Amino acid sequence: MTGRRYSVAPAGRPAEFPPAALERIEKILSRYPTKQAALLPVLWVAQETWGWISREAAEEVARILELPAAHVAGVLTFYTMYNLEPVGRHLLQFCTSISCHLAGAEGLVEHCRNRLGIDLGGTTPDGKFTMVEVECIAGCDRAPSMMVNDAYHEPMDLASLDALLGTLP
Amino acid sequence: MTFEPVLTARVGRDRSQSIDTYVADGGYEALRKVLGGDWTPEAVTEEVKKSGLRGRGGAGFPTGVKWGFVPKDTKGKPVYLLCNADESEPGTFKDRLLMEKDPHQMIEGQIISAYALKSRTSYVYIRGEFFHGARVLDRAIAEAYEKGFLGENILGSGFSHDITVHRGAGAYICGEETGLIESLEGKRGQPRIKPPFPAVFGVFGAPTIVNNVETLCCVTHIMKRGAEWFAKIGRNEKNTGPKLYCLSGHVNRPGVYEAPMGLPMKDLLFGDAFGSGMKDGRKVKAVIPGGASAAMLTAEEIEDCPLDFDGLAAKKSMLGSAAIIVMNEDTCIVDAARNLAKFFSHESCGQCTPCREGTPWLHRVLDRIESGEGRAEDVDLLEKISNQMANGMTICVFADAAIAPVLSSIGKFRDEYRYHVENRRCLVGSRPSVEATA
Repeated sequence: MTGRRYSVAPAGRPAEFPPAALERIEKILSRYPTKQAALLPVLWVAQETWGWISREAAEEVARILELPAAHVAGVLTFYTMYNLEPVGRHLLQFCTSISCHLAGAEGLVEHCRNRLGIDLGGTTPDGKFTMVEVECIAGCDRAPSMMVNDAYHEPMDLASLDALLGTLP
Repeated sequence: MTFEPVLTARVGRDRSQSIDTYVADGGYEALRKVLGGDWTPEAVTEEVKKSGLRGRGGAGFPTGVKWGFVPKDTKGKPVYLLCNADESEPGTFKDRLLMEKDPHQMIEGQIISAYALKSRTSYVYIRGEFFHGARVLDRAIAEAYEKGFLGENILGSGFSHDITVHRGAGAYICGEETGLIESLEGKRGQPRIKPPFPAVFGVFGAPTIVNNVETLCCVTHIMKRGAEWFAKIGRNEKNTGPKLYCLSGHVNRPGVYEAPMGLPMKDLLFGDAFGSGMKDGRKVKAVIPGGASAAMLTAEEIEDCPLDFDGLAAKKSMLGSAAIIVMNEDTCIVDAARNLAKFFSHESCGQCTPCREGTPWLHRVLDRIESGEGRAEDVDLLEKISNQMANGMTICVFADAAIAPVLSSIGKFRDEYRYHVENRRCLVGSRPSVEATA
């Protein structure tokens, strides 16, 4: 199930939003009748600020939104796009749902795994790449589809994957 | 009679996302008309009822009737309109196109719908992966505010409305309307027990209507060109309007295609204007007609199969989100079923035991059959598990969706399952390979 990730890792240092992020949070809050409703968007701000959401960041969000820290942790572990530990500079997301599967998506995953020497969920030692498998990302007509951070790359084959991995900074 | 695209008419246009080109193409005329004084909110709802518009998100419920469920006296509570842009059903990619290419078409429909519902505030709940779509929408909404189509006293009508884009964060279940509502409230997206229905008690405890992106786009055109015009498009009076079909899998030209509701399946797969036939001249083995949640159809069943709500219900499947996934004769049906089971196992929200435990169990059994370790009793076991998961055993219909591909593939391809168990390998083909299709 979606929420099969149970813990939020500590960063070992306090999380404090920079002023620009706090301004964004204020703006977000003005769009909702409750503070709790701002939770998902504020968690997005946290992830954009630090690249992942540490236990300290989650507690800071809880404080700002006046929510129990356990509620924030519950929400964080439910949604797959929040990174609960640091990820590489490029988050490689391979879709392996049915249309991409029919187009051989697993072959891409296998190839990437061999090339980078990491497993699904793993990060290269230089911190450049993290690779994960995702469910349908609505790129089915250009299967197999994948995303790198927030951008789609489709359709992919072994050559275009090699080219992509070679050009990402 | 040739069909002129309606919903995708502006997709290929230069700068199709900008409000200037949208207005130049007649955009926001429908909103001007509706707010011009001759249309009461009730009259707009009536017009949408007359059009026969049925929800494009999957369930196919008549949109105007749904709107009518909002109580006349809301006891001082606001009414919320939520646009369901969580498009996550495997095989579906039409809303992504609509939002990325023609955002104002949807925004205009959303404002008109909000007027019909007397709603001051609406949200677009867009799946987290649509970073680009969310940025396009944010920009378009800002433009609409600048031009006075959103905000206070729109076009001097006295009607005011605000739209906010709300991004999800990766959870298929948030496409279920009460899961979406929970998520919008800042919680885990676990569906609610119904009743009460959202129209009475929805987001923030207030009356709430959830409509799909394509549904709202249709509203724009219904109010622009009239319910009668809309109702004349389509196979019959119960299946009306233009429709977007998402075609993927082993066809020559996958893509989003617009056609009148009720397009024959064979036309979509083989027509020159659509899929243009099977890749490499292979034969059709099975087709999923409405996304992962829909029962599979065999090659014989698609011979005479209109792609609309009732046409597919007659085949004991469903139009769903109109995601047509085509599998050729080399596809191992057990492998396909296993892949679909993996999806549902991953996406079960976990609150009802039959679904939380049943979906991974189905996946494990299918995985062992596919891997050549199936046991003689496994096919019966799959059916037994399935029958204990659905039909009212859970809060939402996710479990019903999860068992549809399992039961339909067993029912229609039982020999292939049996072969797999007995011979410990696929009857046909092998696992799909990326080189072969690239």
